[in-house]
Amino acid sequence: MDLNTIWFLLVGILIIGYAILDGFDLGVGSLYYLLGKTEEEKQVLLNSVGPFWDGNEVWLLTGGGALFAAFPQVYASVFSGFYLAMMVVLLGLIFRAAAIEFRNKVESETWKKRWDFLFFLGSFLPALLFGVAVGNVAKGLPLDSAYNYTGGFLALLNPYSLLLGCLGLAAFLMQGVTYTMLKTEGAVQERAKGLFTRIWIVFVAVYVISAVATYIVAPGLFANYAKMPALFLVPLLALAGIILGPLSTKAGRYGMAFLASSVTMAAMILTMALGMYPNWVPATDPNLSLTIYNASSSPLTLKIMLIIALLGVPVVLFYTTYVYRVFRGKVQAGRQGY
Amino acid sequence: MDAVFLSRLQFGLTAFFHFLFPPLSIGLATIIAVMEFLYWRTGKEVYDRMSRFWFKLFAIIFAVGVASGITMEFQFGTNWSEYSRFVGDIFGAPLAAEGVFAFFLESTFMGLLLFGRDRISKAMRFFASFFVALGSTLSAFWIIVANSWQQTPAGFQIEGGRAVLTDFFAAVFNPSTIPRYLHTVDASYITAAFFVIGISAWFLLRNKNVEVAKGSMKIALIFALFAVVAQGFLGDMHAKQVAVTQPAKLAAFEGMWENSANASLNLIGFPDPQKEETRFSIGVPGLLSWLVYGDTRAEITGLKAFTPEDRPPVLATYWSYRVMIFLFGWFVLLVLWGAYLFIKGRIYTDRRFLKTAYYSMLLPLAANEFGWFAAEIGRQPWIVNGLLKTGVAVSPLPAGEILLTILLFVVVYSGLLGALVYLIRREVKKAAVEEDMTATSAVSLSGTVPVQQ
Repeated sequence: MDLNTIWFLLVGILIIGYAILDGFDLGVGSLYYLLGKTEEEKQVLLNSVGPFWDGNEVWLLTGGGALFAAFPQVYASVFSGFYLAMMVVLLGLIFRAAAIEFRNKVESETWKKRWDFLFFLGSFLPALLFGVAVGNVAKGLPLDSAYNYTGGFLALLNPYSLLLGCLGLAAFLMQGVTYTMLKTEGAVQERAKGLFTRIWIVFVAVYVISAVATYIVAPGLFANYAKMPALFLVPLLALAGIILGPLSTKAGRYGMAFLASSVTMAAMILTMALGMYPNWVPATDPNLSLTIYNASSSPLTLKIMLIIALLGVPVVLFYTTYVYRVFRGKVQAGRQGY
Repeated sequence: MDAVFLSRLQFGLTAFFHFLFPPLSIGLATIIAVMEFLYWRTGKEVYDRMSRFWFKLFAIIFAVGVASGITMEFQFGTNWSEYSRFVGDIFGAPLAAEGVFAFFLESTFMGLLLFGRDRISKAMRFFASFFVALGSTLSAFWIIVANSWQQTPAGFQIEGGRAVLTDFFAAVFNPSTIPRYLHTVDASYITAAFFVIGISAWFLLRNKNVEVAKGSMKIALIFALFAVVAQGFLGDMHAKQVAVTQPAKLAAFEGMWENSANASLNLIGFPDPQKEETRFSIGVPGLLSWLVYGDTRAEITGLKAFTPEDRPPVLATYWSYRVMIFLFGWFVLLVLWGAYLFIKGRIYTDRRFLKTAYYSMLLPLAANEFGWFAAEIGRQPWIVNGLLKTGVAVSPLPAGEILLTILLFVVVYSGLLGALVYLIRREVKKAAVEEDMTATSAVSLSGTVPVQQ
């Protein structure tokens, strides 16, 4: 495996890590009004993500940095191309950060209501738009000879990309709802269980429609699978996660349900990535596609970055595990919710 | 208004806003770690109260720092795509390293402290605070590595129209990294120390929360004293480096037009870019040459050595630099005054000092921003010094879209700033009232009025 492929996978792992971890925060935020009815329940929900959201978001920042470092052409073309959409995501994440930290600082109904709304909006918008972005990339972008996107903002909101936006949103909601089942008890947990079934059904339906739509809109994504049928194990893994979800929920094994949802999320992203490889951004004119070779940094940079990752990541995983262990168990309402 | 101007305006605004917070966070995290250390080692309850109080303010500041920092990570791609393509082989790595080595550490242990403070031991509380401080200090390192490479690029060669890495350590430790890093981190200590001194002074003036205020004032004053003295040397070290590696910037700092042996250190004057002269200039002859090269007759390059289009905007650079220096002079005076009162045992009661300290509380934030203006405007017209001009580095975006996002950022950031100021004032006032309540309960229990000195 060459360095470019390794970095394609490593950036993919960062995106998957982000989708799994911040996925549950974004999911809880998007379901905030549906899961939390009373003040106490809302506090429980906020406290359940309180210690983690910031660390989880670092996966996105690191993923952005790694993409910049390893594939600067992709970083430049995609983020400038998706300018307004990207700004909406960023504003959403700003709202969410401020809302989680500020909401419980003042005992005032209006104060809390305002931050509640920003918490919801700041979770919902990114949860929806990440999928829209993936849809546009999968479909192929109109790039000019300088690799600049030429399509304009409204072209990003095409039916296929919106469909993938819904798929992404449903996957984030599954993360959020399974995490809530795991971390809460009582009425909130019951509500989460009820919601899980409905979200699961929607997810499966959108998943099937998306698969069919992808075959029509972006048949090129299936080429690698035709060449190497063993790759079908990855979508099968997603299927296993999809089946395991409701089974473990029914059995009251919520940790397993969260794991199943996370596996589905990971396998879904990996399915897309394997279909894209070695492209990062297929262009409407295939000669202009950004690949892991023409969009990458020099071998020296890729090598140094690999050393940085090998030195840093084990340490990160070590202390992250420690902190998650400190907060194991159910969440309570109140200022320090654990 | 073209895309270049608007993208510069947006980057300037968002970075200006963001840069209010990290220096304060870095310094406060360090001061809080010291308090946690004292609490762990001595077990004295007052250190716990001090740490808890400052941590509340820190958490609010940290949140806005995180919220406004998200934009920075992606703005190179969204608004500066040509720049990103040109520098990606070098500039991206420090940003990724910042994530791996700094942000994870900072945010993970911040979460632990925010929600798990009462679940962990005193020792672990110290270590968690220490890791938050370490994380934020390391984060400053990597971001200054990236920015310093823009100032004094090294360890690369140009291949196919972009900069390609040839030597990682030469790029990381480029000529300006270390001077700029030390200068900035030390500025962070000054910033936080003044903040702590100022709020403590507010308590002392009202005779509220006295124990916490006195303890905090003492620690912060020691911090400020060391940091201000160190900044004298570090600032000098940084200026020497600028003189050698970015002569146009130094010439703009000094408002110096002609090459000059026996160059004078400018105190004040009025640069006139049209006439290419600095009017009413007052300076100390030979001092600049001596400071840079240790020789009063050493030659220093003037602005006229550069063609007008390669000179930085002189007025903005000159005045930003000057305001920073004047503010620093004020910090030196204030800290020396504080140290004198401390030795005399009057620091907690001298109302004139306490008021002055209170009103000077936020001045280091201004000094930071002006220093940053001087550094960044002084680098113009280059986005990467000598290699790439700012004007060709932007994304090909419609001006209207950038204008729209600028307006959104202005609205959202104003809201954030409003919430931040409101919450900090609220916490400070609350601490004053809580102190009152403990004092009243002490009265009712013992039947005597507690003596306050």
